[in-house]
Amino acid sequence: MAISLDAGIPSGSIERKWDDYKFSVKLVNPANKRKFNVIVVGSGLAGASAAATLAELGYRVTMLTFHDSPRRAHSIAAQGGINAAKNYQNDGDSVQRLFYDTVKGGDYRAREANVYRLAQVSVNIIDQCVAQGVPFAREYGGLLDNRSFGGAQVSRTFYARGQTGQQLLLGAYQALARQVRLGNVELHNRTEMLDLVVKDGLACGVVARHLVTGAVRSFSGHAVVLATGGYGNVFFLSTNAKASNVTAAWRAHKRGALMANPCYTQIHPTCIPASDDFQSKLTLMSESLRNDGRIWVPTTPNDVRSPDQIPESERDYYLERRYPAFGNLVPRDVASRAAKREVDSGHGVGPIQNGVYLDFGSAVDRLGREVIEERYGNLFQMYERITGEDPYKKPMRIYPAVHYTMGGLWVDYNLMSNVPGLYVLGEANFSDHGANRLGASALMQGLADGYFVLPATIGAHLAPLLGTEPVPIDDPVFRDAEANVDAQVHRLLSVKGTKTVDHFHRELGKIMWDHCGMARSAESLDEALTSIPALRDEFWSDVRVLGENESFNQSLERAGRVADFLEFGELLVRDARHREESCGGHFRVEHQTEEGEALRNDDDFAYVGAWEWTGEGNTPELHKESLTFDNVALAQRSYK
Amino acid sequence: MDLNLKVWRQAGPDAVGRFEIYPMHDVSEDMSFLELFDVLNEQLETRGEEPVAFDHDCREGICGSCAMMIDGRAHGPERGTATCQLHLRKLTDRETITVEPWRAAGFPIIKDLAVDRSALDRIVEAGGYITAPTGAARDANEILVAKQASDAAMDAAACIGCGACVAACPNGAGQLFTAAKYSHLSLLPQGQPERFTRVVSMVEEMERWFGSCTNHGECEAACPKEISVNFIAMLNRDYVKAQFKNPALSGQRH
Repeated sequence: MAISLDAGIPSGSIERKWDDYKFSVKLVNPANKRKFNVIVVGSGLAGASAAATLAELGYRVTMLTFHDSPRRAHSIAAQGGINAAKNYQNDGDSVQRLFYDTVKGGDYRAREANVYRLAQVSVNIIDQCVAQGVPFAREYGGLLDNRSFGGAQVSRTFYARGQTGQQLLLGAYQALARQVRLGNVELHNRTEMLDLVVKDGLACGVVARHLVTGAVRSFSGHAVVLATGGYGNVFFLSTNAKASNVTAAWRAHKRGALMANPCYTQIHPTCIPASDDFQSKLTLMSESLRNDGRIWVPTTPNDVRSPDQIPESERDYYLERRYPAFGNLVPRDVASRAAKREVDSGHGVGPIQNGVYLDFGSAVDRLGREVIEERYGNLFQMYERITGEDPYKKPMRIYPAVHYTMGGLWVDYNLMSNVPGLYVLGEANFSDHGANRLGASALMQGLADGYFVLPATIGAHLAPLLGTEPVPIDDPVFRDAEANVDAQVHRLLSVKGTKTVDHFHRELGKIMWDHCGMARSAESLDEALTSIPALRDEFWSDVRVLGENESFNQSLERAGRVADFLEFGELLVRDARHREESCGGHFRVEHQTEEGEALRNDDDFAYVGAWEWTGEGNTPELHKESLTFDNVALAQRSYK
Repeated sequence: MDLNLKVWRQAGPDAVGRFEIYPMHDVSEDMSFLELFDVLNEQLETRGEEPVAFDHDCREGICGSCAMMIDGRAHGPERGTATCQLHLRKLTDRETITVEPWRAAGFPIIKDLAVDRSALDRIVEAGGYITAPTGAARDANEILVAKQASDAAMDAAACIGCGACVAACPNGAGQLFTAAKYSHLSLLPQGQPERFTRVVSMVEEMERWFGSCTNHGECEAACPKEISVNFIAMLNRDYVKAQFKNPALSGQRH
């Protein structure tokens, strides 16, 4: 298929692009807005903020969430904070600096114009959230407080204890709830999107299954917005919630939407190490801890002494040693690889030597226990519950884990995919973080997309549709999509094999982590390209899904999601195999500097790799959107 | 360790339920309570029996999905801990652990341990928000909020909406949930204009779904975020005050 990847970036200077664009975009007059129906899938930060804002503007919104309540979306678990270029600390921050830090932090693989816009609207997000009653941390004088995050040398992160994601999501959820009561949003909970419907090249609706009754139903609209999160659970063990999945995005992909940069996965440096085989998920310890905690390992390999028995002189504060300028606050990809290096070389700590220490001893001495407790109390408590160890007395043990995915469905400047009428927001799109996301930037992007970007850009698609009715749900395109969903559900139920869904998910996760995790090689990736299809074949011949469709059947839900991960995982590996360079979260062992840092290849790979589905069993086709850098000079990242 | 799980099984909202006893052998103390259910469900599926349905998601104690009555206590014996954060090392003294769904008229059973908590959404929709349409906000630092007020609002805002307060209450009352949301918003300067209309609409919606509060305080003991019953006092005080307030006069200082 001939696909032109035109990002539609407005002309003009980078500072003026967004303002000029907003002036040039077609508007829909207030009375006409109620004639348009927009379907929003997903109720996290991006989805809830978009649905609420579109409804406030006057559009009719249909919201689908597979959760029992919109408030449960996994944005709720974000801990550390949200960035904004407010410069309230007078430490030299600006829109320009946040833009620069984000492009650099993303290892020069993000689109400049999108990132600049993100930095511009970041300041409006904080204003909006405060107006809604988000209880951000404050100074005694009543002003907002800030802290620092990795990859930045300014304090621009706003936070609400260790529960920033929760408070921001509740703000968006409350705005959404208000619109539900006003009748502007029709809310469908426990409803999972299982197919995208496209007619004459335009996205016109979705097919969804009600998770309690099994009823399959169509929803029709003038536009479809996916805000369905990331795909980190392809690794089985990740910090994502158990239900987070790639299904909505993947099914849209199979209907024509391109999947961009799936190999850009973020491994977060500070998670609690896995302890055993029954482990169901990994738990993040916020990056904010690196403000006050110092990371170290024993200088002697296989040192099994208790940490309090290891004198200062025998501790290696390896981040402070290798990166004196940023120290413990280097970006996530750099910190993760450094931890892996220590553990791989026998310096790991803990019962199975799979962690490094994050030590608050000197911070407690300097600031007192009370201050540390106020800053991180709930995180320390969570750590204690999971490990049974008291981090005030014994350093935390941490190790990297899959946390966030920078790749996602390809979108243009308007956040619209290559399928007209299909918009993709938040973690589900590929847009703003390049090959590595900076801490406290996911919340910023989700809310930027939902509160400020989509509500302004969607008019470009809707205005010309004035006077048209949505495609009726008895149209053959909807009937076909419903039949497709029914067929998939019944195929899963009819295998009647011997192994559980979780078994296959765990096996897939092992392949992904071992062959396409923190370090990837041509050899390991080729191996995965053989073993994933084999596992997928085994899944379809031997999976056991009990029960029936017409009930609350959680195994059936999971089976559909794992089936999609088994296809998507292969594409992720294929993308990693084709990208012959290291950048951000994508580290190919063949491409590193003498010091072991990621080595980019800007001549050949300064592009977005967007993959097109070409049918079952066929090799997907790669399309390229080249990236140009007019405002930030391409450079080898240095945090020394 | 070895233990018996005595689990409530119920095929659907109208089906007759019963307890089933499942012996669990050789499970690790480091396992979380939900991981114990993962293991149980794997065993059941391998034997060809339907797994136990239960709501769960983040497994970090923040999404509020998980909801199990463990030996008669909402979220089990550990204070300030949601079911997903409870680990077996805290339950080593037991031979049999009884697990039931939330029991409250306001939370109809869907299947096994999963219940319908939509009533909590209805209470928020009734007034649990500050009206602030996107785009109209002034600079964030123009609103000064004393740190103590902000901290108090955050204490209330920490509610995860799990419904343990309702499940623990002998009356199935929704006061602690409602009070937490109400107090979060009404302690902040931004929440003042709608304060007294908010309290009336939220309380009235709450009463459509839940029982009456008789100050037992079981809710605070069960709350995984240890939200204080003092917020219920604030809710009650403002509800009474609202009966004497004319919002049209709220612009007058004295």
